[in-house]
Amino acid sequence: MVTYLDNNATTRTDPEVLAAMLPYLSELYGNPSSMHSFGGQAGAAIEAAREQVASLLGAEPTEIIFNSCGSEGNNTAIHAALAAQPEKRHIVTTAVEHPAILAVCKHLEKRGYTVTYLSVDGRGELDLLELEAAMTGGTALVTTMYANNETGVIFPVEQVGEIAKAYGATCHVDAVQAVGKVPINLATSTIDLLTLSGHKLHAPKGIGALYVRKGFRFRPFLLGGHQERGRRAGTHNVPGIVALGKAAELAQAHLAHVKREAELRDLLEYGILATIPDTVVNGGGAPRLPNTTNIGFKYIEGEAILFMLNREGICASSGSACTSGSLDPSHVLTAMGLPYTILHGSIRFSLSRYTTEAEIRQVLTVMPDIVERLRAMSPFNNDQAEWLQERDLAVAT
Amino acid sequence: MWDYSEKVLELFYNPINQGTIDDPAEPDVAVVFGEVGSIACGDALRLHLKIQPSTDSILDARFQTFGCTSAIASSSALTEIIKGRTLDEALHITNQDIADFLGGLPEAKMHCSVMGQEALEAAIYKYRGIEVEHHDDDEGTLVCACYGITEKKIRRAIAENDLTTVEQVTNYVKAGGGCGSCLANIEDLIVDAQESAETVRAAAELAVAREQRSQEAAAPTPLTNLQKITLIQQVIDKEVRPILIADGGDVSLHDVEGDRVLVKLQGACGSCASSTETLKYAIEAKLKDLVLPSLVVEAI
Ligand code: FES
Repeated sequence: MVTYLDNNATTRTDPEVLAAMLPYLSELYGNPSSMHSFGGQAGAAIEAAREQVASLLGAEPTEIIFNSCGSEGNNTAIHAALAAQPEKRHIVTTAVEHPAILAVCKHLEKRGYTVTYLSVDGRGELDLLELEAAMTGGTALVTTMYANNETGVIFPVEQVGEIAKAYGATCHVDAVQAVGKVPINLATSTIDLLTLSGHKLHAPKGIGALYVRKGFRFRPFLLGGHQERGRRAGTHNVPGIVALGKAAELAQAHLAHVKREAELRDLLEYGILATIPDTVVNGGGAPRLPNTTNIGFKYIEGEAILFMLNREGICASSGSACTSGSLDPSHVLTAMGLPYTILHGSIRFSLSRYTTEAEIRQVLTVMPDIVERLRAMSPFNNDQAEWLQERDLAVAT
Repeated sequence: MWDYSEKVLELFYNPINQGTIDDPAEPDVAVVFGEVGSIACGDALRLHLKIQPSTDSILDARFQTFGCTSAIASSSALTEIIKGRTLDEALHITNQDIADFLGGLPEAKMHCSVMGQEALEAAIYKYRGIEVEHHDDDEGTLVCACYGITEKKIRRAIAENDLTTVEQVTNYVKAGGGCGSCLANIEDLIVDAQESAETVRAAAELAVAREQRSQEAAAPTPLTNLQKITLIQQVIDKEVRPILIADGGDVSLHDVEGDRVLVKLQGACGSCASSTETLKYAIEAKLKDLVLPSLVVEAI
């Protein structure tokens, strides 16, 4: 058995979700676009799923467009926002976005757009005054995440939306990590576009949705079919859509109990801080998702910790450079200005509704020994030593 | 998840030679350490050596490593490889030796083995009192500012590991893995290395060709008739006759027809048929050996 604490990467498909989608992988294979009642059955299932997703977001069913994943949602949203106001050439985003946003922005910079990357402070929080200062009459889009995938830090998206609105800019929110973990009510929101992804909330991979506020001048990204009222071409992923609908329904029910996840997370966090010296919670002072904790273990390296955990059957993740195969540590932790002593040794544990107290206690049992063994190997062991060059302690830039 | 070899995982979970070495303050024992990397880089290795100055060899080695799974395994492997070696032998160890000991490393992790090789060099230079910094300065122009990687280090990695792409260079020494502004310069170094490898290869081919030619020159070219006869005459006069004369006999060259050497035996030997045969073969052996293998001797 594995102790799966990497739910911000992906989640297990809920058995009820699987049961709901299975018929659409076998006998109910009709195409909702067909002109017969067999296909019509699938069409009805899609509309039911649309209502389930809309309900979770406090939106109207017509505001939901099904697509394939979070990256597609983000690409589509940016494209749509820029197409809605083609004369405006400025985008505002943050330094800690998911690559699905940052890579698109980098690409647009080459196409003549100007992009402002808002900074975050040491706790991973945005400065709304910095946002205000960045806004111009030429700003087409403000795109920020709802909650950060690495630290779980929640951004004040409603206030961001208000500022965007004041300048006539579109507000897009990448809510891939937040949907199902925090209550969202788009009916009373300033958000124009919102991305969600199925596999982060116990639906399978390959299904997602984009919320598009009614009245928004939407321009499709994928052309070639009339599906989704002409807003997203491509044959419907019927089983995926049904699964996402069911997952949304379950997530909505779970929101009432999400406090328990936070309690387990806190148990893990306090337990580690209490038993292992030189540890810090990255983003600990900020409002966070209930399921996420990112803990820096000073003087040791994240990938080594992960391999030690893996031997115990514990799955977590790390923003360390060695983990990803890139050479630079997490852009999120770097943007927070954390010192190098923490930057390379940070581990993210992300829980789900399946996480048990026994699993958390297992981590608490093995973690002190793992850290001690790796620290015994490390030439570094305190912040004062002569080996620590000035730049190591200085905040990363 | 990285696809590490079993050896890497074994040395990571159960590292050998981890720790430091205390100076025992004994005669003929020196303790020194060398280090590379920093916490900013994401990996660092401090290698401790116990050296026997009288034999110039490594008695013991220990490591302290801050880094990932393969960095720790590479450090442990290094200590195993160098124990018992002389310092000169140790200086010949390459990062590839470390990777081989581990049963290979993922490409993107090769820089861990490079770190081991560098720490070893740093420790030995330190022991010998060579300033590594100075040592590096000559060709120490910085190519990659992000990771502080010099041209020399990149050239060495290219040469020792036959690197052919910029991506490989990044995997081995990290250069180019940051802002990427040095990528074109790394490319130049690779092209450079390939060109010089090409030059070396061409030079080697040239040398081989020259060698062949000179060997051919040394090989016996066919003798002219006159040369052949003169040589035969000389051998008979110098090698054969003195012995026969001493025995009361003699021999004279009568004629040469192709490979047939016609000789006239005289004196004591000439009367005895069996000795004539013996003599004929003795002379023939000399001539075959010293003039031409195809010669036959006939007595007339
Ligand atoms: S200078 Fe080499 S990557 Fe930035």
